[in-house]
Parts: sequence; C-alpha cells; structure tokens
Amino acid sequence: MLRFAAIRILRAVLTIALVVTFAFLVLRLSGDPARSIMGDDASPEAMAAFRREWGLDQPLWMQYLHYFAAIFQGELGRSMRGGGPALDLVLGRIPATLMLTLPALLMKLAIGIPAGIYAALHRDSAIDRAVMVTAVAGYTVPSFVLGLVLVQVLAIWFAWLPTGGTGSLQHLILPIITLGVGGAAVLARFVRSAMLEVLGQPYIRTASAKGIPWAAVVRGHALPNAAIPTVTIVGFMVGNLIAGSVVVESVFSWPGVGNLLVVSVTARDLAVVQCILLLVAVAMVLSNLIVDFLYGFLDPRLSTGGAET
Amino acid sequence: MANPAGTAPASALPAAWSSQPLLMIEGLTVDFSGVQVIRGIDLTVARGASLGIVGESGSGKSVTWLAALGLLPRTATVSGSIRLDGEELRGAAATRLDRIRGGRVAMIFQDPSSALNPVIRIGRQVGEVLARHQGVSGSSIRAQTKRLFDLVGLPDAARRFDAYPHELSGGQNQRVMIAMALAGKPDVLVADEPTTALDATIQAQILDLLTTIRRERGMALVLISHDLGVVSETCERIMVMYGGRVVETAPSDSIFANPRHPYTQGLLAALPPFEGALQRLIPIEGQVPEPANMPPGCPFAPRCPQRMAVCEVAIPPLAQTEAGRFSACIAGPAKEAQQPLKLSTKVPA
Amino acid sequence: MTANILELHGISRSYSTRQGLFARKMPVHAVDEVSLSLQQGQTLALVGESGSGKSTTGRIALGLERPNGGHVLFRGSELPPVDTPAWRRMRTQMQMIYQDPLAALDRRLSILDQVREPLDVHDIASASERNIKALAMLDAVGLNASHASSLPHQLSGGQRQRAVLARALIMQPALLVCDEPVSALDVSIQAQVVNLLMDLQKDLRLSLLFISHDLKVVRQVSQRMAVMYLGRIVEYGETNLLLSNPTHPYTRALVSAVPVAGRRTRERIILKGEPPNPADRPTGCAFHPRCPVVRPECMSVSPTFSTLPDGRSVACHAVDAAQPTKEVGI
Repeated sequence: MLRFAAIRILRAVLTIALVVTFAFLVLRLSGDPARSIMGDDASPEAMAAFRREWGLDQPLWMQYLHYFAAIFQGELGRSMRGGGPALDLVLGRIPATLMLTLPALLMKLAIGIPAGIYAALHRDSAIDRAVMVTAVAGYTVPSFVLGLVLVQVLAIWFAWLPTGGTGSLQHLILPIITLGVGGAAVLARFVRSAMLEVLGQPYIRTASAKGIPWAAVVRGHALPNAAIPTVTIVGFMVGNLIAGSVVVESVFSWPGVGNLLVVSVTARDLAVVQCILLLVAVAMVLSNLIVDFLYGFLDPRLSTGGAET
Repeated sequence: MANPAGTAPASALPAAWSSQPLLMIEGLTVDFSGVQVIRGIDLTVARGASLGIVGESGSGKSVTWLAALGLLPRTATVSGSIRLDGEELRGAAATRLDRIRGGRVAMIFQDPSSALNPVIRIGRQVGEVLARHQGVSGSSIRAQTKRLFDLVGLPDAARRFDAYPHELSGGQNQRVMIAMALAGKPDVLVADEPTTALDATIQAQILDLLTTIRRERGMALVLISHDLGVVSETCERIMVMYGGRVVETAPSDSIFANPRHPYTQGLLAALPPFEGALQRLIPIEGQVPEPANMPPGCPFAPRCPQRMAVCEVAIPPLAQTEAGRFSACIAGPAKEAQQPLKLSTKVPA
Repeated sequence: MTANILELHGISRSYSTRQGLFARKMPVHAVDEVSLSLQQGQTLALVGESGSGKSTTGRIALGLERPNGGHVLFRGSELPPVDTPAWRRMRTQMQMIYQDPLAALDRRLSILDQVREPLDVHDIASASERNIKALAMLDAVGLNASHASSLPHQLSGGQRQRAVLARALIMQPALLVCDEPVSALDVSIQAQVVNLLMDLQKDLRLSLLFISHDLKVVRQVSQRMAVMYLGRIVEYGETNLLLSNPTHPYTRALVSAVPVAGRRTRERIILKGEPPNPADRPTGCAFHPRCPVVRPECMSVSPTFSTLPDGRSVACHAVDAAQPTKEVGI
C-alpha cells in the first residue's frame, strides 16, 4: 500500500511541475508582458525599469528557476497590474467561485446520479427516454448559450431574477443552474451506462437467484460496482470546482476566479495567471489522487493482489 | 398448449421416487419479443432425484430453469405452470419467489468467477443467504459460513471468509457458489454448466462434490450440461432437449446404451469414443435451428436421417416407449409398441 | 522414417510478472525445457490444464513468441527472426487457428474477401484466379457461394470455424497449429469439423500441432501426444498407449477424469488441490503437492525423463522406481 501511495504522490508532484513549466513557457513566449502592461507608447527607460523590477531582463531559464524556487517558499509572485501578492488576489476570489461551483456540484450529484440510476433500472421506459433526451440536450448545449437563454427568459422577459452581478441570493440562482445542468446531464448518462453494464453481469443474476429482493440487489450488489467508474467523473467535477466556471462567471459578470483569469490573461498579468493555473492543477491532481485512493477502497481487485493472474 | 404426454414421466417413475413430485413443470413456454425459445416443456423432479439436462446451444436447457425461477429479464414472456410442492411459482409475488429462490431452490452458474460479486467478500456473499433464509445473524454467520466452506472442501476455510472472489481460483469460486447454494438448505439445486469453465481435474472434483452432497443431504440435483459424459456420470435420469423441446427422457444407464430418439442417437454417434476402436465420427449434418426459424414440424426433422414426410408437418408428442422412457419421435419408436399417455388420467392432483 | 517437419529443442520461455499491484516482480516459467518433434503429415497433441504452457508452446513453434532458451527447427532449419522477409515467407508455410473463430475474423469483410486476403497480400495469381482459388478452398471446407458472400456474424459457429480453416489453408501451409479448435462448438458440429480437419490433413499432407484439453478429441485426431504440467512435459508418446495405459500419475488422473457418456465402472482418480500457479512453482517435481503416489525425493529432486520399452518418455520418480522390473504400472 505504501508503494502504491508513494508512486501516486510522486506522479502527482511531477504533473504539477509539468503544468507549471508549460504555463510558464507558453506565457513567456507568447508576447512581451512589459509591453502589454506598460502599453506601446511607454518610454524605453520605463520599459527597462519595469523589466528589471520583474526580472524579465534575465535569461528565460533563470526566470524559470527563480519561479520554481519562489514557489517552494510559497511565494507566487506579485500581480503586475495591482502590485499585491498574486496568491492573495486569487485566494480572495475563491470563495465567490465556490459559492457557484459547490451548489452546482451538489445539483449535478443530486440530479445526475438518481436520474441515471432510475433510467438504467427502467431501461427503454418513457422516463428512461425522457431522461436520455434531456441529458443529450443538456450536455450538447454550451453553457454560455444556456446562460444567455436563461437570462433572456427568466431575467429579462419575466424579470424574476437579476441578469448578473452580486448582492443577493437571487444572484446565485441562474449561474448555479447554468453550471449544474450540463454536469447533471453528463453524470446521468454516465451513471446510466455504468448501471446497465453492471446489471447485465452474472453476479446480479446470482444475487437474484439467492432470493435477495430486487431493491436490495440494486442497493447491495449493483450500486457498489457502478460506483467504481462513476467516481472518476465525479472526481473530475470536484477538481473543476475552482476553475470550472470561467464562461459562466463571464456571462453573469461574477467576481470569481474565472473572471480574474480572463482579465489577467487579457492583461498578460503573468503572476496571477500562473498562480491560477497552479491552483487549478493542484486541485485536479489532488482530486485525481483522491479518486485513485477511492478506487483502491471501492475495488478490492486493485488493492489486494490476486492468487491467480 | 400442454403436451398430452406431459406429466407422464412423473407417474411412470419407480415407486421409490415418492408419489408427489417435488417440482413439476407443465407446458412451459418462453417468448423473447415474439420469438418462442421454449416450446412446451413438461418435467418433474422428485425429492432427492438427480436429473441431467443435455442439449446443444439454443436448445433452451438453461432458459427453462431461469424461467422456472423467474430470473429472466422482463422482455421474456413465460407461460405454463411451475409448481413446487404443488404451489404455483409462475406469477407468484416477488416476496414469495424471493423466499423460494436460494431457500428451497438454489441455482449455481457456469463461470463462478463472474457469478460472484467482485467487490463483496465471499463470506458476506454466503452470509447473506444464511441471514435471509435461515435467520442466522451476528457472529454465528461467520461460524456457519466456515462450516459450509469446510463442507464444500474450500481449503483454509476460516481465513477465506474475508477473501474476495479474485483471490480464489475458478474451482475454489465454484466451491464458494456451492456453499452459498447449500446455505439456504435447498430441496433442489439447479447447476447450470457448473464445470464448463473449469479444468478437467477440477471438473472431476466438483462433480464428485455435487454427488456427495446430494447423497448426504437428500437434495435433488438438476445438472444442466452440454456434455453427455458429465450428466451421464452424475445423474440417474437424463433429459435431452432440442429446439426448445424435450426430445427424450430416460434413466441414465439405458439412454446411453440404447438411445431411442434419432437426435440422441446422433449426439452419441458424433461424440468421439474414449474406448474401443477408432472410427470416423458420424456428425449430425446441418445446423442447430435458430429459434426465429424453427421448422414447423419436428424441430430435428431437417437434420434427421430417419425423417418421414409427416415429420415436417406434425410435432411429435413425448410418448412412452417402455417403462420410464419417453421419446418424442414419430419415426423412431414407431416399430415398437407406442402408447401415448393421456394427460387427463395421469396428472397427480 | 519420415522426416520431422517441426522440432522443439529444450524450449524455455519465462515472463516477469507482478502478482498483484504491490508485489515484487518475479519470473514465471511458462514453458520449461520442452522438446518435441512432429513428423510430416502427422498430428501431435499438446494436452494440459490452464497454466500448463501448451498455448505458449504452440506460439513458440510458430515463431510468434521467442523462447528464452532452446531452438525451433522447421524443416530442419532454425526459424528466422520475426518480421524479416524470410520469416514472412516461412510463415505462409505455418498457420494457426484458434478456439474463437469470430474473434479471428474481421466483422466487416465478407468470408470470400477474408479467405482471399492472403493471396492478395502475397500477390499470387490474377484477381480472378484468386477468387476462383478462394471459392475452391471454401468448397473444400464445405462452404458454398452464398456462405462466401456472407459476413462472419451471419454464419453459425461451425461455419465460421470452417471459414477460418479455409483462410489458414489457402496458402497451402505444411504445418497447422490448432489451439482448441473445436472446444467452442456443439457436439454435433464438433464432429463435422474434426472430420473435416482429418480429411484435409490427408488430402493436403498437413502436419498438425493440436492443442486441446479434450482427451476424447485428442484420441480421435492424434498419433502422438505430450502431456504438460506447469510448463514441462510429464509424459510423451503414442496417443493410444498414453490413453489406454497412462503411466505418469498426472496423466492417469487426467484420463480418469474424462467424462464418458454411458456409465463406467472404472473408479475416478480425484486429484486434491488446484491447478498450480506458474509463478509459485513447487520444488522438485511440480506435481508432487497433488500427486497420489508422492515419494520423499519428489519434493526436492526434479525427475528426469526415462524411456519406457514402448517408446514413451515419462518424468516421474515413482515410474523410475518401478523401472528395473520393466513394469509400467505403478
């Protein structure tokens, strides 16, 4: 078990390092941050001073090493626009994002999983077809289209809810729905097919042949098996909590991490962009790590060696 | 629908097999979306008897038993009657069926490693049956499971309680399945190809175990197999199925020595012998018919070397050829004194 | 004495595998010092349970897998390295068929296309001649023109195995390795394919390496057989001798375990224990934990082959002990 954990953790650290490197390279090579911050008409002296201050006059690999060294000291640089620590800026936005993404995640789970299970148990029934049609619609419509349609109908025509911004609980409703619908649809489809796969397995028939009532067969024998593949996709959704709402935050002008990312990319505010990417990578890698350990817990075939190969 | 010769085998059994059959199936048919795969099965299983059911793929040998226990998917339409000690099982309430399945009638399946739940410890899978059918609870579940594991010869029984199926070999998993079946103290054990996925020496172990348990417990055994040799050595009575029907049923020692139905004769001739001189095998020409494409008369007629014109239009009933032997053939037993039995006079209440 | 078409000399093959996710890697000897020979036009059966190494031996014989030790001679010369032009030329002389014909066929191509494909690949004859050849081959295995235009799923299991045979035989190979070719077929169809295989063998002077667990079929098709246990041969000789009078205790158990229709009086030998794990090979004779006639030396000393008067080879200490009297029985 220790070996398993060590390998997974090492792999997670490597993944994060790769992400940081990649982000660093793409951002440094795709344009001159001094010029985009200072503007085209800045004087050469001012530009040189800016470069010196931010270390942009050093060779790329030096910048890279400094960056890594800083990260190990918990120093993620300062925003080039505002001047404050990038990390503080990003962390300050996280609660706002989580206010959207956490309820949306709950909505995905609360709707997607029961809908998928129900559809699988009543395969080819009218409800199954309705669930599947809704699910296909739910995940093919892009979230900005859905968001705009919801705004048009609920906020503009009926004027029940605000079109965007913050201030009250009502401001949360539209963005959460917009975020939740697509994920619930994906989850419903996924859970349905995982359940159907499991329900077709011989051990389900064995359980019925043992005289176990159908509800108990589903609960005790089918669900634990269907949970194994489902954990992967839920883990992905958890990893997306911090940055999964870029589009929706833009549509509803919500002051979260996604919004900050869009602004910082446009302004080439390197430290902030890198900080966000790093946090997203850490969140993704961590959730993957948790999924891996959950797998070991849910599927004994992974955690205990077989006598037979 | 009922075949006139239907319940005859029960009444023609030796007296020692008790008067009232334990399990009785009459006129069983199964349709899958309009295609009939079981086309009128009648059979009886007496207390403590061993019945071997042989047939090739598509003969309906497994579907018959899945239908009898209500284990088919909802797309299947089942008609006819399945009675256990006189109680009708077809259409019985789910709660009633759940008490019978795993309790009075247990079933084990072909590939034991996939028939056990991969994420549940095997002890718990056996314990589930003890809890549901025997009212066992708490720590006595572990003790009784261990006793069952000992009984089926699972090595290291105490430690196996917490093992998962993938930690055991195929043969050991089949022993677990048998322990699970025995946990409900069933009157009938239906074993569907229990050794097909196992190696030869392990097959011998499992067949030996099934026979021992049946003798010791007085439990009836229904052994479904494609292998004539397997049923021949394990069962007292053999039923041969073809195209969703029973074509011949007889005591094991007489059916192989002297098969009546041309299909049984053909099967035996097609089997490579294990003793005596080598000779060219005599295959049955043609293919096993598809359920959707069943010939109108005798299902075997298109492949039958003894076919007559009438075979292609009339479905031959299962008729007694001699005491305890029945064959569904118009041509075959015609030379013998054939006396179809009347259902009305022979049905035990 | 006819020449040997295939000879295996001291073939060994081991893999290194992990037993479970956390265990250390360990070598698994799938095949260990196996020597066999197959005469032109004859059938050699390889018999054993799962983990015996019989399929691996078949793959090594075809050069599909390289042995770690020993060498394979085909018509007296060593197999060229895989994927060289010389190997590809030799491969047309050696074909293999498997248990599951549906897996061996391409679902989207007609049977005729698939049978003709080897001719197309090696660019043999003109397009129309290739079609004629392929149809003739299909006819030889008992499939007609309407079968030829079918897709694999439109045929029954037996017909598919015939199609696979036609494809394997179209290049007129000298050696055919059959891995459980009739195990998935119904009894009545199995007899058709067994007869066909034997007819084709006679007509085409095919040599067969026949891998099977079914001793009844082995008895029907083979002249010689080798019984394998945990990667080694334990008994090797004429099929009728081995089956009528098995000498090695494992062969005896296998023979007694054959279910025969119609009751027999002979008592069945029930072996204790499981088919062993190749990764956890017992010391000495690998069979000793399950052997009913085990002796002290079996636990530490691996038995070597001795040749009995009837020409068979047996690797068993108990048989050796009985040797001086030239008695075969134990």
